[in-house]
Amino acid sequence: MRKIKELIIEKSLLSSALVTIAVTIGIILVLAIEAFLFFKEVSIFDFFTDTQWTPLFTEKHYGILPLLSGTLLTTFIAISVALPIGLSISIYLSEYAPRSFRKTIKPLLELLAAVPSVVYGFFALVVVTPYLQQFMPSLSGFNSLSAGIVMGIMIIPFVSSLSEDALFAVPKDLREASYGMGATRLQTAFKVVVPAASSGIIVSIILAISRAIGETMIVAIAAGQQPRLTLDPTVPVETITAYIVQVSLGDVQHGSLEYRTIFAAGITLFVFTFLLNTLSFRIRKKYREKYE
Amino acid sequence: MESLFILGTNGKKNYNNTMSEIMTEKTEDPKIETPIEEKYKLQTKDVNVFYGDFQAIKDVSMNIKPRSITAFIGPSGCGKSTFLRLFNRMNDYIEDFKMEGKIKIDDINIYKKKIQLEQLRKEVGMVFQKPNPFPKSIFENVAYGLKIQGIKDKKLIAQRVEKALVQADLWSEVKDNLNKSALTLSGGQQQRLCIARTLAVEPSIILMDEPTSALDPISTAKIEELIYHLKKDYTIIIVTHNMQQASRISDYTAFFYMGELIEFDKTKKIFTNPEKKRTENYITGRFG
Ligand SMILES: Nc1ncnc2c1ncn2[C@@H]1O[C@H](COP(=O)(O)OP(=O)(O)O)[C@@H](O)[C@H]1O
Ligand SMILES: [Mg+2]
Repeated sequence: MRKIKELIIEKSLLSSALVTIAVTIGIILVLAIEAFLFFKEVSIFDFFTDTQWTPLFTEKHYGILPLLSGTLLTTFIAISVALPIGLSISIYLSEYAPRSFRKTIKPLLELLAAVPSVVYGFFALVVVTPYLQQFMPSLSGFNSLSAGIVMGIMIIPFVSSLSEDALFAVPKDLREASYGMGATRLQTAFKVVVPAASSGIIVSIILAISRAIGETMIVAIAAGQQPRLTLDPTVPVETITAYIVQVSLGDVQHGSLEYRTIFAAGITLFVFTFLLNTLSFRIRKKYREKYE
Repeated sequence: MESLFILGTNGKKNYNNTMSEIMTEKTEDPKIETPIEEKYKLQTKDVNVFYGDFQAIKDVSMNIKPRSITAFIGPSGCGKSTFLRLFNRMNDYIEDFKMEGKIKIDDINIYKKKIQLEQLRKEVGMVFQKPNPFPKSIFENVAYGLKIQGIKDKKLIAQRVEKALVQADLWSEVKDNLNKSALTLSGGQQQRLCIARTLAVEPSIILMDEPTSALDPISTAKIEELIYHLKKDYTIIIVTHNMQQASRISDYTAFFYMGELIEFDKTKKIFTNPEKKRTENYITGRFG
């Protein structure tokens, strides 16, 4: 009786693992097939060189660059906010803060990432943009600046928490050696601890970038829906994710070329985040070996 | 040396050091004319150390002469490391650490508020139990202490790095690989690198906490020889578990037991004719 129970549990665990793998493969397959069908009609060359993205207009263009620039611009702004703040927090927590303070503040910070991103998007649109407009009258109602800043705040814990783990894992011996030669806390933090934890810090940044690239709600709400090849943070843009939302919610016909643009955009996004995740995985593996 | 430590007001922690401002700078009887070498380098008086409620050091007073090697021996957990780390204030980072009493180096109370920790540690170097080179190149490891002092002169740094590596008896082995990672060296080489790194800062006291306990006998012999030669320029205090090591290289030996200094005397005396029964039992291996 007991044996049968064990067997059932084992098999059901195995099957849920298999289902997960099957679903993932299925998603990638659909993505690849629809994208393949898309590229039978639109040349890959045009896709990467055309500077307009207007698949829903009569004058159709299928250049991914405007969506890509929107994604990279908002991501860049977000990282410019999250990196300095997140790193400062992690260095403070690991090198300066009393242990008890560290223990309470870390989970609190992680709450930042637990706030639904639609709340952040709304916040960017109705609070940050109007506030910034006081100083920058030319700022559009939808813009990549507010969206990027708010997204940066959201991903602070990605940077701070993982970096802090990496800094904290640096052996105490190294800090003592540095203090023992007359180094200050600041010198020890920046010349010994941060370099020793660099791979972990880089991983945290990559994951934060990956998260920012994939973020949808904030940019869909606050950055606009106007594909535009620009580096100007004050004007409306559209990111890959925002485009996918826009078209998915619209009434494009199943199987049409417009419908397939979702998959072409989606696979571009997928390739980016996949590469970033692979990179971080590699670095993490190497770094684990270093400490063993 | 006179005013080296007293450069700023960096004393953040408050020590229960009530006598500190009262005690005069001169501790020896002025009537006894002692030659300059005989002056004490390091003096402790009635030192107590607590970790929270636990008392790790009990009323220890001890005077150490310059250019000598002093060995701290005693069973594990008796407070050797704790006591050693008082001299460069390395225990300050432990949150519930508290110390009472007085510790003077060159007649300066190192626990008074005006002491700058950075200055103190340039004067009092430390070598740790496990070799702990930075994950940097061999050169950068030795240059580290100089660079953090703000020394920029590349030639001067290179000279001091070479000098320190020669002193630590490592130069001939690494001179062609100075840019290689320090982590590629063997354990014994790493420990000599750590000694070189400490020497480069040109301290006058070197604290060593079981520096050979993680090494093989050949590396250990090399480092013992090195320590022995360093004596002519430095005051060395070494914690060791190894009785032979203490008797081979040290001039003075201090035996600790449960936080108390049981006996402190010339090494020869401790090992041939100790005053206390406990000391004798320990060095003959009857407990410990
Ligand atoms: N950070 C600390 N917090 C609390 N107790 C400590 C700490 N460090 C050491 N101790 C205790 O103080 C005593 C002396 O420790 P230590 O100086 O490391 O001894 P030794 O070096 O002779 O082995 C031990 O009982 C140890 O458990
Ligand atoms: Mg010890």
